[in-house]
Amino acid sequence: MNAPILTQDPQPKTAAQAKTGASTLWQAALGKAFTKLDPRQLQRAPVMLVVELTAIVTTVLCFMPNPAVSTGLAVQIALWLWFTLLFANFAEALAEGRGKARADSLKAGSQGLKARRQTQPGVYESVAASELRRGDIVRVEAGEQIPGDGEVIEGIAAVNEAAITGESAPVIRESGGDRSAVTGNTNLVSDWLLVKITANPGESTLDRMIALVEGARRQKTPNEIALDMLLIGLTLVFLVVVATLQPFARYAGGDLPLVYLVALLVTLIPTTIGGLLSAIGIAGMDRLVRLNVIAKSGRAVEAAGDVHVLLLDKTGTITFGNRRCSALIAAPGIAEQDLTEAALLSSLGDDTAEGKSIVEYIRNLGPVQAPERSAVKVIAFSAETRLSGADHGSQRYRKGAVDAVLDYLKMNRSDMPAALARTVDKIAQSGGTPLLVASDARLLGAIHLKDVVKPGIRERFAELRAMGIRTVMVTGDNPLTAAAIAAEAGVDDVIAEATPEKKLQRIRSEQAEGKMVAMCGDGANDAPALAQADVGLAMNDGTQAAREAANLVDLDSDPTKLLDVVQVGKELLVTRGALTTFSVANDVAKYFAILPALFIGVYPQLGVLNLMQLHSPQSAILSAIVFNALIIVALIPLALRGVRVQATDAASLLRRNLLIYGLGGLLAPFVGIKLIDMLLVAVGLV
Amino acid sequence: MHIQDYWLILAFFVLVLVPAPFLGRYIFRVMEGHKTLLSPVLLPIERFCYRLAGVDSQAEQDWKGYSTALLMFTLACLIGLFAILMLQGRLGLNPEHIAGMDWPLALNTAVSFVTNTNWQAYSGEASLSYFSQMLGLGVQNFVSPAVGLAVLVVFCRGIARRSSNSIGNFWVDMTRGVLYVLLPFCLLLALFLVWQGVPQSFMAYVHAKTLLGADQSIPLGPAASQIAIKQLGTNGGGFFGVNSAHPFENPTAWSNLVEMASIILIPAALLFTFGHYVKDLRQSRALLASMLILFVAGFAVTLYAELQPNPALAALPIEQSGAFEGKESRLGIAASALWAVATTAASNGSVNAMHDSFSALGGMIPMLNMMLGEVIFGGVGAGLYGMLLFVLITVFLAGLMIGRTPEYLGKKLEAREVRLLVMTLLVMPVGVLVFGALGVSLPGPAMSISNPGAHGFSQVLYAYTSGTANNGSAFAGFGANTPYHDVMIALAMLLGRFGFILPILAIAGSLAAKKSAPQDGNSFPTHGPLFVTLLTMVILLVGGLTFLPALALGPIAEHLTLLQGF
Repeated sequence: MNAPILTQDPQPKTAAQAKTGASTLWQAALGKAFTKLDPRQLQRAPVMLVVELTAIVTTVLCFMPNPAVSTGLAVQIALWLWFTLLFANFAEALAEGRGKARADSLKAGSQGLKARRQTQPGVYESVAASELRRGDIVRVEAGEQIPGDGEVIEGIAAVNEAAITGESAPVIRESGGDRSAVTGNTNLVSDWLLVKITANPGESTLDRMIALVEGARRQKTPNEIALDMLLIGLTLVFLVVVATLQPFARYAGGDLPLVYLVALLVTLIPTTIGGLLSAIGIAGMDRLVRLNVIAKSGRAVEAAGDVHVLLLDKTGTITFGNRRCSALIAAPGIAEQDLTEAALLSSLGDDTAEGKSIVEYIRNLGPVQAPERSAVKVIAFSAETRLSGADHGSQRYRKGAVDAVLDYLKMNRSDMPAALARTVDKIAQSGGTPLLVASDARLLGAIHLKDVVKPGIRERFAELRAMGIRTVMVTGDNPLTAAAIAAEAGVDDVIAEATPEKKLQRIRSEQAEGKMVAMCGDGANDAPALAQADVGLAMNDGTQAAREAANLVDLDSDPTKLLDVVQVGKELLVTRGALTTFSVANDVAKYFAILPALFIGVYPQLGVLNLMQLHSPQSAILSAIVFNALIIVALIPLALRGVRVQATDAASLLRRNLLIYGLGGLLAPFVGIKLIDMLLVAVGLV
Repeated sequence: MHIQDYWLILAFFVLVLVPAPFLGRYIFRVMEGHKTLLSPVLLPIERFCYRLAGVDSQAEQDWKGYSTALLMFTLACLIGLFAILMLQGRLGLNPEHIAGMDWPLALNTAVSFVTNTNWQAYSGEASLSYFSQMLGLGVQNFVSPAVGLAVLVVFCRGIARRSSNSIGNFWVDMTRGVLYVLLPFCLLLALFLVWQGVPQSFMAYVHAKTLLGADQSIPLGPAASQIAIKQLGTNGGGFFGVNSAHPFENPTAWSNLVEMASIILIPAALLFTFGHYVKDLRQSRALLASMLILFVAGFAVTLYAELQPNPALAALPIEQSGAFEGKESRLGIAASALWAVATTAASNGSVNAMHDSFSALGGMIPMLNMMLGEVIFGGVGAGLYGMLLFVLITVFLAGLMIGRTPEYLGKKLEAREVRLLVMTLLVMPVGVLVFGALGVSLPGPAMSISNPGAHGFSQVLYAYTSGTANNGSAFAGFGANTPYHDVMIALAMLLGRFGFILPILAIAGSLAAKKSAPQDGNSFPTHGPLFVTLLTMVILLVGGLTFLPALALGPIAEHLTLLQGF
């Protein structure tokens, strides 16, 4: 019982919410922007903490009049510094809000949930679900909610997992085998289960989902920590630069107003990326949550951006997972029409996926004149005879595996027409499965069943290859069959006759070469490989062992998601890099705005550095501060959406992003600051 | 500009760039213990050194062991040199009976030579005995570039090795650097200089009567050997006070050319040594391209600035052919400008003209070269490891933009490396700006400034920049020999040396321990025009932006003031 692979809309719920709740989301975020001013929260973003300190200092300075700076200007600078902070907080709150809205609605369902915990076999006590700990055994009955993540140890039941996956069709969960894992907050539709809880409070799938998208609890990812370090470093450098300016100016016989120095500091330190860093991280995780993928840590998502090799199971990822009819080949001397009709009639009684695919295939060929259904006596497919068929009048149509049909006809292989025998061999060699169709004692022809490669997957692999990621198909098929499918799907390599050990070994050898490997799996025997891989995506309907070993879980149990995860990981990194570059490149223009203004009293000659011809020193400084604050707002959509990653090689990607965010970052503030300056002067604020 | 100036510039680049790839390969083979042309002669000596010192040349160290060895060695050098300078009056080889130095100057000088800075707050002919010159400074002139080379080689190994705990043996790297690289080339250069007329003598100073009847003391000494290593080892400490402007240090046009080329020769060659370590010479060429861009641009500005007449004198009935103040007329403007740019691009610090007298912009470029951290060729080893730090910063800044964890040549840059990188990023701002701010703010130290206004500020800025960047050249008017500046500049030099070396050894250790990801279309391209442009921009942005305000108050303000006629 595999959960349907293609879910309609991954999250109809949130889509609806987005429409009705957009404004509430904004309002909530606006409110939170203020509560996030708490320095204890801001210390997670050191750059913004510095901004807050400078905002406080400037606010205090507003009350200590300085003849060199009008109070009006000081107040405006102070205000814009607070705005800078609020904008950054707003970005984070907005990012949080989107992800949390979904998580909260899920969490609401678990409020006050009770569980029946087993104290000794057959004896149960009622406890709050929130008190359940790893190892507890609970009994769940039809109509109840499963109180926590766990593994079925006894029983078999249908479970509706719509709360988590958005998929409304119930799935079967049973002890043993590959379908033994259950998720908290899903509903038991039938029967009963004895579940061994596998997550302590705060560790469940739901908790993880929430933790990923909540700013204050979120664990920073490794790249984020490294970037943080660089931002702190740049902040310190500029702190030294600004702090030493006063003694330098004093030596030259001038004195710089403290408010201006503060303004210079804030514009130079990387506030743009510093303010948006958290929002970018949360939004990245949120994109993943929207894909219905739960990451146990942000680390895995970043690692997904780094992978060199994807190990993909053939079945379900590359092919649809069941063989489908791809051609009908008539025996010599038989009309196509006769074969088609016979194949259709004999397949009506075959409810297997293969049988259905034959009917579908023929129906797609064009209108078939099938006899009245009532006139036909359908003979259903049975595993014993491995035949299906139909009796129509005196005609007896049969279809089945080659040996089965020959047996039915009491023929030997050598009795087959030579051409048909060749066809059958060719189908087998190409990795397909041949079926024979017979009418009475006559062999009409063969049906070519084959693994059908999912549409679009070949293009997807080509994109990955352009990005330098190799795909390796893993299959239990023999090398011949595997090679045929591999060629069709366009994968780079194949592991045929794969065993879990083979998989594990392949991962290790790739890693020994310094490569990062991603894979997905569901079975208990996939667990070691999932744990070994740098990125392991487990299917939610798989075993608990797999879910625990992997660092990502796909709630929709769609292995193709691995490709999306790679995309999300890359987007996350690119967005951070792009905004960092943008932020640093901005400093050039800000220098040219503020330095001449700052030094006008010391060396009026330095006025030639006023490239933008800003109106006055006051307007120059204010414009730089305003630009610095507004650019955060302007970039919020980009931070939340993420920079798109083209499927191309690293060099072109770099060139493109450098042009946009590097060169753009160099030029944009020249234009922006000039415009703001003109506006401020026009409005009369300076 | 005269025709010979063009020839000089061309000859300079040819002399540097043509031998660099071969020398670079030779250094690689030497440092990795491969057989070279000189092995038959030098290998027995090398082995003898190990036996004498009880060093197991096969035993490698981890980065901590390596750092400890390096620090102990430096400390021993520091104490030894300090003692020699204090006690030189009683140590012999002192025909002029020069007394021992005061402790602040001795400390400053000892630190200066141990850190490969060669900042000189004294004049060689007046303050140093031949003993101090040869066995004190001369020895440091050899071992301090060898330390730089060793650190660079460790950095290269860090990138090249995979999952390795050890990064080499400090004692072996030092021995090989001195024995195979510095000594043979110095021997050749010293002979050449003697031929050109540089003295190499233990005789006392010659006393003569001039035509006007004045007494003149003509200093002599074992100069040629000192000058050879002063140039090749990017030391720069002159045997005589006015350094290579002195006719005995730099007697002819040929000596000028060859001395100038030998400033850059080893730093340029090391680019290729690096390429051999990482088995990718494209990397060498990319870094070389970036360095050349910065070098040529800086040279163009300085040359142009020096060729301009002084606008303040434009109104007077004087014919001006450029800024000749403080330059040797026998060398000319082009040779002076090229030397100034070369010596500050590399952390050499020798001068053949007085930088203090350069035009405002002409003097700003040498300062900027140093502020960037001496990465345009730079000191032996030190220049390239400084450049590689910028490469790592560039890769980290832009590497994320290809959607991967930043990687340089297969090595991931993670929080630990970035933390260490950031530490090195702070060295120049702290040394130049914080120390400089103290220098101009405290009333006593500010007395050393000999010019008013913006130029006076440039003097302090230059002094602390030169110290922190381990360059050693000076704006000559600055009265550096006061206890305050002696001690503070010594601190700046130590900060500038070990503020880089220790983090770099740690980074090397951390990189060596990592696995190496395969290099393909998936990885960040660190060669080719795009990367060269990016790297150059990052050097100017990260290195330059920090100092723009200070430069604005110094040379830029001076230049603009001059243009506007006060």
